[in-house]
Amino acid sequence: MASGNGSTGEPIVRVEKVAQRYGRKVVLRSVSLEVKAGEVAALLGANGAGKTTLLRILSGLDAPERGQVWLGNVPLTNAGHEIRRYVGLVSHRPLVYESLNGLENLHFFAQMYDLVEPEARIEAVLTAMDLWHRRYDPVRTYSRGMIQRLAIGRAILHDPPVLLLDEPDTGLDQESVAVLTDLIAQLREGGRAVLVTTHNWDRAERWADKIFYLADGSIEDGAEALRQR
Amino acid sequence: MSSDSLSGLLGRPVQMRTGGGAKAFLRKVWAVAAKDIRAELRAKEVASTMIVFGLLAVIIFGLAFDLRVPKSAMVVPGILWVIVLFAGILGLHRSFGAEIDRETLPGLLLAPVEPSAIYFGKLASNLLYLFLLEFCMLPLLLVMFDTNLYHPVILLGLFLGTLGYAEVGTFFAALTANTRARESMLPVLLLPVMVPVFMAGVSLTAGILDGRPVSGLTSWLVILAVFDVIFFVAAYWIVDLIWDGI
Repeated sequence: MASGNGSTGEPIVRVEKVAQRYGRKVVLRSVSLEVKAGEVAALLGANGAGKTTLLRILSGLDAPERGQVWLGNVPLTNAGHEIRRYVGLVSHRPLVYESLNGLENLHFFAQMYDLVEPEARIEAVLTAMDLWHRRYDPVRTYSRGMIQRLAIGRAILHDPPVLLLDEPDTGLDQESVAVLTDLIAQLREGGRAVLVTTHNWDRAERWADKIFYLADGSIEDGAEALRQR
Repeated sequence: MSSDSLSGLLGRPVQMRTGGGAKAFLRKVWAVAAKDIRAELRAKEVASTMIVFGLLAVIIFGLAFDLRVPKSAMVVPGILWVIVLFAGILGLHRSFGAEIDRETLPGLLLAPVEPSAIYFGKLASNLLYLFLLEFCMLPLLLVMFDTNLYHPVILLGLFLGTLGYAEVGTFFAALTANTRARESMLPVLLLPVMVPVFMAGVSLTAGILDGRPVSGLTSWLVILAVFDVIFFVAAYWIVDLIWDGI
């Protein structure tokens, strides 16, 4: 597993006994976990195990039926919209506008996050995502991997202390996955808390300081699950 | 992605304005409206549909009433307002429907922005599309029905009525955005609420075309203005509640 050296003592993400169900289907039973600043945690589990549901709750898109989520010392429930500055989410969906170009997309989100003089930041993000040369092209002309890179760029644009990555390697080629690995390492070094979901055990081990395994709506010991794999 | 350019990406501090009050709120309203208008200029799927439908409806009404109605000014007020309502629905349901269909709404809701700022941004773009529709319809109504609607009071009534329609329509579009049958739900919810605007708009337009004095028609303008104010304030308060936790 990756060794975290940017980690500090206090957990920046704290999930306490979170439960969620959709209709009669129980998705999360009682999930608790912590991620510290400068720590990368991987969340593994089969399809439908509730990984995306947990990330939606952590990002504030869904409210949990029971339990509590804390970002720092602030409970997410009723925290108000300002708390969203502290979270970046790479979702299954890119959450970018196909009819706009890459530059316009990031400009729009820079305005939504109130970035001061965003031009330099947008250029740095698009360059890091290797999209600067395609900045004037409509997103609908991008390949799947390019759209995914733009989605990652959108999530890190406001440099949030908490980054939630829901299968960020989807659609990326090997070279881009290597750079994503580099990005995750730099996020750790920079003291950000990262929670990443993936189906790929090898990548989880490479990226993360600790692994949570989600099964049947509950967290199991990742190391134990790894041994039984 | 490029490894070299990643270095330094996280080293530079990113400054964000926090708070900011009304100015920050209006900046986000403008950002949402500008994004929608820019996307519409590229995709041409909302305003153009509304305008083409509106113009076709004027022509069809013109052909339908040409043979039977002795004086076209008798039917023009109703035709104007019916077309604005029906063509408007085409655009209103796309304002949030497009965000749902393309799965971009969570991106908006993840941002530190009040839902009411998103609402007012959508309202601004919807209002622009409706005004464009009316801008294109009025000359055609003049040609097809030989009825001049370019009277200041008619235009003021049309402005107030359109504002109220866009306010309520955008609100119900947000309310029904996540429902499966939003295309049918929106008109079912919206049209009954629009009856006061429709009645006031038609009566005001007909009164001016009939040559009645403006002083006798101000009550219709007052009804339209009061409707606008009530729904402006109500939407501001309610939108934050209905979007809680989407």
